[in-house]
Amino acid sequence: MAVDHRQQRLEQVRSALSVLVYPIQYAVNLPVDLARWTSETLRSRAQLEQENTTLRAQMQALLAQHQRLAALEAENIRLRELLDSTFRLGDQYLVAELLAVDLDPYRHQVLIDKGALAGVYLGQSVVDAMGVSGQIVHAGPLSATVMLITDPAHAIPVQVNRNGLRAIAMGTGSIDQLNIPFLPNNADIRADDLLVSSGLGGRFPRGYPVARVSEVQVVPGEPFATVIAKPVADLDRSREVLLIWRAEEARDAPAAGNAAAGPGANQPAAEATVQ
Amino acid sequence: MSGPRAQGRLVIALSIIVALMLTVVPLPGWAQPLRPEWSALVIIYWCMALPHRVGVGIAWVVGLLLDVLTGTLLGQHALGLALIAYLTVLLHQRIRVFPVRQQALTVLVLLLLYQLVILWAMGVTGRAPRDWTYWGASLTGTLLWPWVFITLRHLRRRHRVA
Repeated sequence: MAVDHRQQRLEQVRSALSVLVYPIQYAVNLPVDLARWTSETLRSRAQLEQENTTLRAQMQALLAQHQRLAALEAENIRLRELLDSTFRLGDQYLVAELLAVDLDPYRHQVLIDKGALAGVYLGQSVVDAMGVSGQIVHAGPLSATVMLITDPAHAIPVQVNRNGLRAIAMGTGSIDQLNIPFLPNNADIRADDLLVSSGLGGRFPRGYPVARVSEVQVVPGEPFATVIAKPVADLDRSREVLLIWRAEEARDAPAAGNAAAGPGANQPAAEATVQ
Repeated sequence: MSGPRAQGRLVIALSIIVALMLTVVPLPGWAQPLRPEWSALVIIYWCMALPHRVGVGIAWVVGLLLDVLTGTLLGQHALGLALIAYLTVLLHQRIRVFPVRQQALTVLVLLLLYQLVILWAMGVTGRAPRDWTYWGASLTGTLLWPWVFITLRHLRRRHRVA
């Protein structure tokens, strides 16, 4: 136990054993999968048509935004080149599905159906459609465990989107709260500020939304303000998550160990959306 | 190995697998802390009924699988299960002759001990749960013991596992 807690040595044992227990997890997930499949297959034509229209409208809107984004991105890179700083864009994604399996109720972890065979590696960042949801803590060959940002043992470096103030967002153990400690009473942070990942520490890519500040309490006499934020990702509702390979990792893939076989080599064409 | 023995092994293995599956079946949030420790119950039963076949070793392996399954510290469930397996094997002759209700009380003590060991492991690594509901799992486990006992005894007699 102590060895597992202090070192990473047993990670291989764990990943080998995870293959052994995967059938159990798969079997538990099966009825949920089946139910979803049935409800999708038996859906009425009208419903499908309606969904199709909304999706089409949404896509139009997103495409319009994207046009502007491309121009902005190019401009941003140009300006940054002028400033001589590096800011890499163009991460690669792989969609993974959550398995409907309950893990330890006292940790915030979820299981996904992609593992080291799909290029998933330890410490990889995981996001969903809304924002950062967590990072990989165990990667077995067929499945991987994601620690959510609200796990009490998790912390993520963030910065306030409005003014670039850097901070750390720590998990609290409740699914809709993050704690931002060690901000002085006069720090420029208010309710409704968006916190984005700052990329410090090198684990999470920068610029992904993490949380929105919900409460700032300044208690006179206390050295630090009490700041509470609410994660923007749908941590307890989303069925799918995106695994991120950062641009530099994707480019010099062989250097990144496990990720080597990752995005380029074996992304199933249907599932993978590149860039 | 002869036929019946192999069959017995199959029955034991299947019961353990079902217990592991029940451990990860999704439950609504409020019920999660109350989820009984299925694998502990099954291990207690087999250690009590067939101490010469199921003992500390098997309990430890099941515990390791449980750790990997639920993503906890490798060894925390293993330690707990091995401990209660040892105690059950030690006391199996006494527990066996108890009426079911009295057995359930013994099981309550064993389950509480099991949870205490796990709580200690979680506490040492700095993630101890603060709710009192944590101990609810032992209570539901105790309430379910008669059914687990009767089901497994039926299975054991039917398939003549000895």
